[in-house]
Amino acid sequence: MAAVTTTSRQKVGWGTTNFVVVALALIPVLWMVSLSFKTPTAVLDPSFIPKQWTLGNYTGILKTSTFIRPLVNSIGIGLISTFISVVLASMAAYAVARLRFPGKAVLIGMSLLIAMFPLIALVTPLFNIERALGLFNTWPGLIIPYVAFGLPLGIYTLSAFFREIPWELEKAAKIDGATPFQAFTKVIAPLAAPGMVTTAILVFLACWNDFIFAISFTSTIASRTAPASLAFLSGSSQFTVPTGPIAAAAVVITIPIIIFVLFFQRRIVAGLTSGAVKG
Amino acid sequence: MSTNTQVAAGTAAGQVARKGKPQLSEGARAERRLGWLLIAPAVIVMVAVTGYPVGYAIWLSLERYNLEVPQDIKFVGLSNYAAVLSSPYWWQALKVTLIITVFSVGITLVLGMLLAMIMHRTLFGRGTVRTAALIPYGIVTVAAAYGWQYAWTPMEGYLSALFNNSAPLTSEYKAIAVIILAEVWKTTPFMGLLLLAGLSLVPEDLQKAAMVDGATGWQRFTKITLPLMKPAILVALLFRTLDSFRIFDNIFILTQGSNNTGSVSILAWDNLFNALNLGIGSAISILIFICVAIIAFLFIKGFGAAAPGTDIGKR
Repeated sequence: MAAVTTTSRQKVGWGTTNFVVVALALIPVLWMVSLSFKTPTAVLDPSFIPKQWTLGNYTGILKTSTFIRPLVNSIGIGLISTFISVVLASMAAYAVARLRFPGKAVLIGMSLLIAMFPLIALVTPLFNIERALGLFNTWPGLIIPYVAFGLPLGIYTLSAFFREIPWELEKAAKIDGATPFQAFTKVIAPLAAPGMVTTAILVFLACWNDFIFAISFTSTIASRTAPASLAFLSGSSQFTVPTGPIAAAAVVITIPIIIFVLFFQRRIVAGLTSGAVKG
Repeated sequence: MSTNTQVAAGTAAGQVARKGKPQLSEGARAERRLGWLLIAPAVIVMVAVTGYPVGYAIWLSLERYNLEVPQDIKFVGLSNYAAVLSSPYWWQALKVTLIITVFSVGITLVLGMLLAMIMHRTLFGRGTVRTAALIPYGIVTVAAAYGWQYAWTPMEGYLSALFNNSAPLTSEYKAIAVIILAEVWKTTPFMGLLLLAGLSLVPEDLQKAAMVDGATGWQRFTKITLPLMKPAILVALLFRTLDSFRIFDNIFILTQGSNNTGSVSILAWDNLFNALNLGIGSAISILIFICVAIIAFLFIKGFGAAAPGTDIGKR
């Protein structure tokens, strides 16, 4: 219908609209990128495009352990948390999608409650518990809460995906002579993989993005994550403002995620909307 | 003949039901056991990290417990709550949190709806728009917050130059407006994507029929699109409201809660990490928890939002 009545005026209208949306989404990011390439003196200049370009901010932060170590922590903690969450959530989601047992509604309700939980309400008690157990400022001290908050997201998304899998295929494969192991690895696993990848991405993004737990349960670079480390970066000397280094660090922790998001955009959109709208 | 088969079927079903009630078949029991076994690890982790600490927070909130005077730990009943509720800091933080929640969610809803319509209806470049919209969603909140902070720094930021180099982050309401802007920018794509999914459920035929009957665009939007999208809108609103009420990262970077711009989460964090007062901090945490529970209850009971997950199996 629309295609038939397309006029050049409509084309221009939509072109402008699309352009505005893209510009609004991109300008704040480009500003960070621009700041990260400015020299310490040019950083005080409000122009959008740097007058003097430098890579100094990047080489600066990549030389200091105050940023490299947190970056390693972020990657390690994020990957481990994601792995554990997805494994445990897959087990639970399989049960929710495939098995009949009492307590299913309670599990879903509980996951939802946790997903909407005010994180700050946990910071005080967890801080005290972690100090008592010696988990404060360690990797497990962050991994455990991340897993707990990755699980509801995982159970929710995965059970929506698992419900769509044609499980009869498993039976069919067995009738055709496949062992249960073969039926699982050759038939079910490939069907379940996209949902699990999507879930892993969403959980990893949430862990990577976390700030409140990261600044509350860490005190040194032994376990501080990259977002939390931004506040501790300094300029090349103690008299220069750390704007450039912070901008460069922000770009370093953001650009890979953006590439990642763009690469998996279909999956992410499917994952975000799977549970919420279909219900 | 037909009555015969019906009767037969009826008794068969009756027998199954009778057999099923008192004693589960071996298979059903095994299924039940497997189900519990599979969910057990997830449940244990979730309860250990959330259930137990909440219980513990309730206990802490009833104690005088300051890490600076660790020898003076004493059960004081509800006096921490009395201290928080009679403190102007709590009410100021609650006011700021509510202002940010109402405005950011309201603006996000309108812009998210617009974004969803654009992504749904645009004649070309749909992929580009969706891709661009995912960027604010993917960005690390803290990194974006620094970008906003520098953008508003007088003489140095591009946005500040547009507004006569004023320093908005140093005055209460302007700072709150900047915080809301940062929130809106970051969360509109999420809202837009959720609404887009709801929008695609609105049948195109209905729109066409209304158009034939002479309904204007606005009428079609308010009389067809909105009512059909109500469930999707309410779920998106519920998610966003609870998320917004917990706001922390943006404020922490942009103002550190100075000039009366702290949210309730910032207040709780301050009491824990700057005042080292576990008792008062826990009392604030529990009050936040109660507020969130009230919001969720209002949405589900008041507006009839289907609590996501509860309707599984019903539809």
